[in-house]
Amino acid sequence: MTTHYLVLSALLFAIGGVGVLVRRNAIVVFMCVELMLNACNLAFVTFARQNGNLDGQVIAFFVMIVAAAEVVIGLAIIVTIFRTRRSASVDDASLLKY
Amino acid sequence: MNGNIPAPTIEYAQLAPMLVVFGAAIVGVLVEAFAPRYLRSAIHLPITLLSLAAAFGLTIWQVVKGVPTKAAAMGAVAVDGPSLFIWGTILVLAFVSVLLINDEDHFVAAAAAVPGSAEEEQALHAGAGHTEVYPLVLFAVGGMLLFPAANDLLVMFVALEVMSLPLYLLCGLARRRRLLSQEAAVKYFLLGAFSSAFFLYGTALLYGYAGSVDLAKISTALGAVGGQDTLLYVGAAMLGVGLLFKIGGAPFQAWKPDVYQGSPTPITALMASGTLVAAFGALLRVFWVALGGLDWDWSPVLWGVAILTMIVGAVLAITQTDIKRMLAYSSIAHGGFLLVGVVATGTAAQNSASLSAILFYLVAYGFTTVGAFAIVTMVRDAGGEAWHLSRWAGLGKRSPLLAGTFAFFLLAFAGIPLTSGFFGKYAVFQAAVSGGALPLVIVGVVTSAVAAFFYVRVIVLMFFSDPAADGPSVVLPSRGTALVVGVAALATVFLGVFPQPVLDLAQNAAHSLFVR
Repeated sequence: MTTHYLVLSALLFAIGGVGVLVRRNAIVVFMCVELMLNACNLAFVTFARQNGNLDGQVIAFFVMIVAAAEVVIGLAIIVTIFRTRRSASVDDASLLKY
Repeated sequence: MNGNIPAPTIEYAQLAPMLVVFGAAIVGVLVEAFAPRYLRSAIHLPITLLSLAAAFGLTIWQVVKGVPTKAAAMGAVAVDGPSLFIWGTILVLAFVSVLLINDEDHFVAAAAAVPGSAEEEQALHAGAGHTEVYPLVLFAVGGMLLFPAANDLLVMFVALEVMSLPLYLLCGLARRRRLLSQEAAVKYFLLGAFSSAFFLYGTALLYGYAGSVDLAKISTALGAVGGQDTLLYVGAAMLGVGLLFKIGGAPFQAWKPDVYQGSPTPITALMASGTLVAAFGALLRVFWVALGGLDWDWSPVLWGVAILTMIVGAVLAITQTDIKRMLAYSSIAHGGFLLVGVVATGTAAQNSASLSAILFYLVAYGFTTVGAFAIVTMVRDAGGEAWHLSRWAGLGKRSPLLAGTFAFFLLAFAGIPLTSGFFGKYAVFQAAVSGGALPLVIVGVVTSAVAAFFYVRVIVLMFFSDPAADGPSVVLPSRGTALVVGVAALATVFLGVFPQPVLDLAQNAAHSLFVR
């Protein structure tokens, strides 16, 4: 019964997506993006099982590596702006608009 | 299972341009680690420029040797006509952008120092600088080369990230107005990561649908798999979100003005030219190769996106008071014009006409936009570049040559005859008319007229209003910047007066379409 896993993956993806839209702290927003990537991984592994080939499992490894690289870049950027503004809120950074 | 994994075949010769760029990027990282600080910049520049030139040479060599008709590296990377054309374009544009990046003081002295702090003062005083920008640019350019050539969705996702991650960092490294720059980096990063998650989930759903992430296999599965249409449609839509974000198609365009404004201007030039070219290559490959059989379903959506993108880009550009934001909205509008070509599909001849038109447009737009941003770097106030449009008033009276060149670039953006922009637009709209997208062309022409208004407004401002007493100064360009402006202006003139050689090249590249 792979359907349950797909439903779970869709739920995780949706929770991550909503989190990105409603949360204010850049770190939490970023964690929600990571949650979305993990939901993708779950979907890949489930589909690998469903399709009977290993591609999906291998792809999950690639995604983990990419996610790790993204964490490095993301935290560097967020820490820099936190040090400047003493706040990691995405609402505070509002100099660029219109 | 006794160790009988067949070794993959990899066509190194075909992948050579990318390998050279990635190799030079890694050498650049080693230079950062081992070379003394005062030597780094002197080592990086030749490595960067030579590797880009070598990669360009290898691309030409590949074309001369004969364009491959089969995807390389076990079907993961397609080095076909359109890829090679796009590679050549990206490499030339990257070379020109690196000349701009190399110019003095665009980049922060110490990114880790808080703006306005004693550490920053100290770093400025010591003449420190981030020479990491060179390897970062090379990694980004390598990603740009891989992105449009990727023949399966996993490679495309990895390329997307390899292209984007260095750009997120580069955006935050401006020397002046650092708050804006850091804000641009955060916005670009969070939104970019968000959109690539959509791309990835779309990939997962299409993998579930087709049992493979290979573009050709997805294409064959379209006719063979039944009863899984939800996976297919949702997956295709999510892929579309990820790709349209990268080209700045409405309603995913919101990041573009902010990021273009906040980033160091040479990086903006690289993003506005190279990233756009690469993203269009990837978009075309996904929608034409993998989802080509589904065009009845996606083309109405892309019609809507194209119309919205053109209108949003042209109308919002009118209200801008900042030169970089205005150019960003103009870039959004140009993305819309290019999308008109993407939906103009039909027979093979029609497809290759649309494809060659898009390729030509990308070359023309890429050069003009690099030139325009190069000029933005030269008009300066005490606090750095003068971005506010009011500061540009009367520039034509004080430095006619610079203002004249900028006016020429703006006319090329507007698509006035005898500039490259005219033939780009003409080719795309002609292909769209013959592809049955007449309503789109009508919207395109109307929005071009709207866009011409704000380009001409800047020209009028520069030439027919009085210069402010404390107006910005035009710095004497360094050799690199002068070369960039010269090359961009020459390319714009050449492609506008004598477009045939490049049009022929684009037609040859597009002739046999994408390999499957």
